[in-house]
Amino acid sequence: MSDIVLELKDLHTHFFTDSGEVPAVDGVSLTVNKGEVVGIVGESGCGKSVTSLSVMQLVPNPPGRIVGGEINFKDENLVNASNKRMKQIRGNEIAMIFQEPMTSLDPLFKIGNQMVEGIRLHEKVSKQEARNRSIELLKLVGIPRADEVIDDYPHQLSGGMRQRVMIAMSMACNPELLIADEPTTALDVTIQAQILDLMRNLNKEKDTAIMLITHDLGVVAEICDRVVVMYAGQVIEEGTTREILKAPNHPYTKGLIRSLPNMKQKEQKLYSIPGTVPKPKMGRIGCRFAPRCEFAFDRCFQEDPALYQLENGRSSRCFLNDKTEGSLTGNGETIVGN
Amino acid sequence: MAKPLLEINGLKKYFDVKGGVFGRKVGEVKAVDDVSFTVMEGEILGIVGESGCGKSTTGKSILRLIEPTEGEVKFDDRDITGLDEDAMRKLRGDMQIIFQDPYASLNPRHTVEKIVGEPLLVHGMTSAGKRKERVKELLEVVGLSEYHASRYPHQFSGGQRQRIGIARALANNPKLIICDEPVSALDVSVQSQILNLMEELREEFNLTYVFIAHDLSVVKHISHRVGVMYLGRMVELTDKDKLYDDPKHPYTQALLSAVPTPDPDEKRERVILEGDVPSPSNPPTGCAFHTRCPQAMDICKEVRPRFEEIEDNHFVACHLYT
Repeated sequence: MSDIVLELKDLHTHFFTDSGEVPAVDGVSLTVNKGEVVGIVGESGCGKSVTSLSVMQLVPNPPGRIVGGEINFKDENLVNASNKRMKQIRGNEIAMIFQEPMTSLDPLFKIGNQMVEGIRLHEKVSKQEARNRSIELLKLVGIPRADEVIDDYPHQLSGGMRQRVMIAMSMACNPELLIADEPTTALDVTIQAQILDLMRNLNKEKDTAIMLITHDLGVVAEICDRVVVMYAGQVIEEGTTREILKAPNHPYTKGLIRSLPNMKQKEQKLYSIPGTVPKPKMGRIGCRFAPRCEFAFDRCFQEDPALYQLENGRSSRCFLNDKTEGSLTGNGETIVGN
Repeated sequence: MAKPLLEINGLKKYFDVKGGVFGRKVGEVKAVDDVSFTVMEGEILGIVGESGCGKSTTGKSILRLIEPTEGEVKFDDRDITGLDEDAMRKLRGDMQIIFQDPYASLNPRHTVEKIVGEPLLVHGMTSAGKRKERVKELLEVVGLSEYHASRYPHQFSGGQRQRIGIARALANNPKLIICDEPVSALDVSVQSQILNLMEELREEFNLTYVFIAHDLSVVKHISHRVGVMYLGRMVELTDKDKLYDDPKHPYTQALLSAVPTPDPDEKRERVILEGDVPSPSNPPTGCAFHTRCPQAMDICKEVRPRFEEIEDNHFVACHLYT
C-alpha cells in the first residue's frame, strides 16, 4: 500500500521580482502514496498552489524558479526533467484540474476536440477511437447526453458540468496522480457535493492518488486520508485527517479550526487569529507564525523551529513539541475549554 | 415586541432578454419572482441560496439600486417603491450596502478618506474638517487607524478593505445594512474577524442586517432568522435553529446535507441532488424545484406551492405540507 507515488524533498520555489526574491515555497517536504488522497490546506498566499504548479513544472519562469530540493515522481526527479519528458508526464502520468473550469477550457473549441487532442497527444489512436473514448469518459463522470455534449462549446455548459469535463479530461490517460487545485471552490454546495462524490469514486475505482489543494477544512474532512497544513511557504503540520481535525497540534491549525463557524455549536463570539498572513520574504528568522501566535515565547522569534516528528507519522513545526521546553498538556486543554 | 423595519411584499424583478436584429424582447429572466418577508428592528435576517437564485438581486432591489418590476418595499412604514430619485438618495442615508468584493467596490484612485467621506458629503456634511474628524472616528470603530486615511485601497489586504467598506456603510448612521456576501472573498481566519466586528457593530449602533451569503455555516452563525431562496423564490423562512434542526423543504434538506463539516466523526445521510439549477429564463412549471426534488409529486409539476406559515413562524412553499 505504501508505494510512494510522489515525494517532495525540501522543495524551494522562489520568485525573482523587481522588489526582490520571494520564497513562495520555502522547504516543503511531503509524500503521496499510491491510491491515497492527500489534502494540502492553507490560506491564500501560503504557497499551496505554487507547490502543485512546481510538481508540474508550470511555474511561470521568469519570474519563478525551483531553486532547490527534489520532486521525485516514482523513481524520477522531475526538477531537472527536460521539457520533452515533462510533456509526456503532464496529462498522462500526472493530471491536474484547476479552480476555475471556465478559464481552463478553450472557449473556441468544442469539448470533444479538446478531449481528443489530449488523448491523441499521448496515445496512438485514431480520431474516432479517441472520440468514442471521450464519450465514455463523459458518461463516467455523470454527464447526461454525453454524445451531444461532446459537440458543445464550453460556454454552453454550467460550472459543475465544466468541472466534470475537466475531470473527464484529466482521467483520459489513467494518470497515477491527480492534482486538484481548489476543484470545488467556484461551485455551489450542492454541485460541490456531486463533484466530491465523483472524485471519491474515481479514487476508489481506479486507485488514482489525489493531491487536493483547498482552503476548506470541510472538504478535507469529506474526502482526504491525510492532511498537510501549510503556512507562509512551509509545512507546519501533517497527519491523518482525523487526528489533525480532532486534535490539532500546531497553534495555527488550532486557530484555523476554531475560527470556523460551526453549524452545531451555539457560540456567540467566533475565535479569530489576530493579524493577517505575512508576505513571504527572504531571510526571515524564527517561526513564521510567531507574531500571531498566542503561545509564542522568546525562542520562537530567534530560531526556526524544525518539523518535530510525533507518534503515528504526525509532525508539527512548533517548539512546544520540543521535549526540553516542557510538556504540552496545558496547551492541549485550552482548546477544549474555550 | 420589536416593530418591523423592512417589509417586502410580492417583490418581483424580471430582466428582459433581448434578441434578434432589432433587439426586440424575446423573453424574461425571472430573477426574483414574488418574494415576501419582513425584517424586525435589530434583527439579522440571513438569506441563503446557490448562485443565480436571486439573493443579490433581492438585496439590490430593496435599495432600489436595481429598480424592482413589481411589489412593495416598506421601510419604516413608508412605501419606498414610488419615491423619486432625490427622496431615495436622502433615504439611502438610512439604508446602506456592503458588497462582496472588496477589491472591486472601492475606487482605486481615491484615498480611504475620500471613499469613507463621500457618503458624508452626499448627505450634507460640507465642512471638510468635520468630515475628516468623522472619518477618523469611523476608521477606529472598524479597527483601522487614523494614518490609514491617506492610503489607497491597493495598499490594504482583503480583510482591511472589507473594513473600509463597512466604515463607508456606517458613515451616516444607517438603520439597515444589506450585506451582500461580505465575507465570501476572505480567508477563514480573516472571515471570523469581520464576522465578529459586524456582530459588535450591530450591538453598538443598534443596526439591522439583511445578510446575504451562500455559506450556510456563516449564515447560521450570524443570523436570527434565515430564508432560503431557490430560482428567484423564497422556499423556506424561519428561526435559524428551527431551520437547521428541522428543515421542512426538500431543497433546504438537500442544501444542509451537502455542506461539508470539518468533523470526521459526523456521519450523515447525504442527499445528493442531481443536475443543475434550471435557467431562470425558462423556469419549470409549478414548483421550481420539482425537476430535482427527490419527493416530487404530480401536483408539483402543475401548481406553484404557496408560501405559507405551516407552524408558528415557519414559512414553507411546498406541497408536502398543504
